[in-house]
Amino acid sequence: MTKVSYVDSDILIIGGGMAGTGAAWEARYWGRNLKIVLVEKANIDRSGAVAMGLSAINTYLGLKYNENTIEDYVNYVKTDLMGVVREDLVYDYSRHVDSTVYLFDEWGLPIFKDENGRYVREGRWQIMIHGESYKPIVAEAAKKSVSEIYNRVMITHLLKDSQNPNRVAGAIGFNVRDGRVYVFRSKAVIVSAGGGSQIYRPRSTSEGKGRTWYPHWSSGSSYGMLIEAGAVMTMMEARFSVPRYKDGYGPVGAWQLMLKAKQTNAYGQDPFSLHKEELKKLYDGKFKYVDAFPTPTNLRVYSSLLELKQGRGPIYLHTEQVLTEKNEELGWEDFLDMTITQAILWAGQNIDPIKTPSEVLPSEPYVMGSHATECGAWASGPEDMVIKEAKSVDERGTSYNWGYNRMSTLDGLFLAGDACGASPHKFSSGSFTEGRIAAKSAVRYIKEHSDENVSPDSSQVEQLTVRIFEPIERHNRNKRMITGGKVSSNMMWYEQGMARLQKLMDEYAGGWGSWYTTNEHMLLRAQELLTYLKEDFLNYAVAEDYHQLLRTWELWHRILTAEAVVNHMLFRKETRWPGYYVRSDFPALDDDNWRVFVNSKYDAKTGAWKLWSVPVVDLR
Amino acid sequence: MPTFVYTSRCVGCGDCVDICPSDIMHFTKDRKTVNVEPDACWECMNCVKVCARFAIDVRSYADFVPMGHSISVFRDEKSQKVYWRIKYRNGKVKEFAFPIRTTPWGSIKPPQELPEPDPQDLYTPLLSSEKENTIKIEVSRK
Repeated sequence: MTKVSYVDSDILIIGGGMAGTGAAWEARYWGRNLKIVLVEKANIDRSGAVAMGLSAINTYLGLKYNENTIEDYVNYVKTDLMGVVREDLVYDYSRHVDSTVYLFDEWGLPIFKDENGRYVREGRWQIMIHGESYKPIVAEAAKKSVSEIYNRVMITHLLKDSQNPNRVAGAIGFNVRDGRVYVFRSKAVIVSAGGGSQIYRPRSTSEGKGRTWYPHWSSGSSYGMLIEAGAVMTMMEARFSVPRYKDGYGPVGAWQLMLKAKQTNAYGQDPFSLHKEELKKLYDGKFKYVDAFPTPTNLRVYSSLLELKQGRGPIYLHTEQVLTEKNEELGWEDFLDMTITQAILWAGQNIDPIKTPSEVLPSEPYVMGSHATECGAWASGPEDMVIKEAKSVDERGTSYNWGYNRMSTLDGLFLAGDACGASPHKFSSGSFTEGRIAAKSAVRYIKEHSDENVSPDSSQVEQLTVRIFEPIERHNRNKRMITGGKVSSNMMWYEQGMARLQKLMDEYAGGWGSWYTTNEHMLLRAQELLTYLKEDFLNYAVAEDYHQLLRTWELWHRILTAEAVVNHMLFRKETRWPGYYVRSDFPALDDDNWRVFVNSKYDAKTGAWKLWSVPVVDLR
Repeated sequence: MPTFVYTSRCVGCGDCVDICPSDIMHFTKDRKTVNVEPDACWECMNCVKVCARFAIDVRSYADFVPMGHSISVFRDEKSQKVYWRIKYRNGKVKEFAFPIRTTPWGSIKPPQELPEPDPQDLYTPLLSSEKENTIKIEVSRK
């Protein structure tokens, strides 16, 4: 018998990573008497993308000291993404991000400071931290802010209001240790459940499969939940890859920006200079992206890829030219704070970075909205920057504003961090800031909708309670048919589903195995294979225990995320970010027709996708 | 087998089970812990750091990291430092210590203990602490 607990709240925060902890803090600041509940599938002390720690804060403007202006920052982000970002959203988080960093400083996060007490710059926007305990520190603030925390509860679905199908009224999930079902009923819901890794086949293999850049537990759950609930999504085609130290995925930021280490091909040449003129022909666009400083991430990645393709690899990062006994600690801390594997890899391969360069390689693609890309749901912009107001609910998917900052196209549902699309380069501090923005907005929403009586649709709750456990029930029904291992004609384990997903995305939707290249024929094939996978999930997915059930539902979120990605890539008939992927049938950037957002909406009843474009509005 | 447990040292306290972000540290039938899904391990070493008995160790992913390396970590909330010792395959050793926090654990003042905000500020873009610290929020360029 399934045990069910009901939890009522004013604000429900799904996911306790950087964005969720920011939301918790700010929700309590503005909503002193509200019941604020945070639900997390792991343990908030060490969850989300910063679970291991971090060696830098990538977004700090230093406005107080006139180090930068907000306009400079917005221009930098916009150029890095080749002209397609929501300037209002970027402007909004960047004007608040410094105050977030000052909170972290006050709470005890060790930030590198110079003799005048100013933060030490890693790069123009980045500062260095001793960030081993970054996450437990912000978790302490969040734990003190919320009314209740539910650790180890994985949310599988958002719940709709019984009266209004465009209104979110809570969420449902299960405890991954004891299988208890939790039905959260809430007046407002904030989704901050992270981005997506392991959707594309990782470069790592076998036992090392868990070593990806973004963690294994970033299961695309924000997107999966939002898509199935029918929220309008945006820029899901902007799945991206990052250049990282080969195999260990060690960060390169401090090495390139602070230590000034250079990247070259095997023959000591700079890949970007070699291909600059060639890139100009196809990717300069209206804003001269190829000449921009700093060079957009994707163009640097692309020139490395061209070198590798032409057989002039490996690409090296020349640590040996910049590292000495005196400054080596900085490089090692960069790894030990956030990518310990890279340090172990050097130890195992006898690499002394003072003497030997190390290989750098573009990673497998990731689907996310907080790093140097912008996948996520379509959000209403800040109230003081109204660009295009929606006059009705139907107009939200083509407008920039509908009353509440960071509200999705669904009423009462707010977005932060990887969940919020077209709002890139937030990183840790910006995600926390976006959580704060979303939470303040949610408090105002509750206040202005206090007369509303929301309650989740009871038939939806009943159906989902059964559906969540279907994989376990199916296994119990059929397990006597297994003669050995995991071979059965009517059962699919999550590992098998993951492998199928990763293989088809890699081969047809621009993974590393196809040199990040695809076309309409390949994407249509991906679509077809995804449909079979979805059907098989519904008919054959099995789990033997609650841990496998967690993985099974993570797989479902990944499948929906992948389906959005493929549909978006099919829709955008150009190549906007060649280092992220190339549409070989439309190999050039096309500013005349495609400097637009691609938005979509999924109908969970029919499985149909609707896609359309929305013009980019420049604030200047 | 990215992280693994020396069962003779494990007392079954469950701290690693409680902290693992990937939900892969589980109890065995005789209440020791085990990494049940090594290929879903990120080598974040949170289980290693949290184990008071030093019962958990790392042998990095054998399919791409040559053997013979070792890494030890001691995270100390009293001295507020994390200590690392890395041993190379060729025997070379590197040692580092880094600060982890500048204030005592538990010392963060929660938002409900800060002065209540002016109710009108709910309708401005201001976030907590910005008014007090006169953080400049430029409003709208339109």
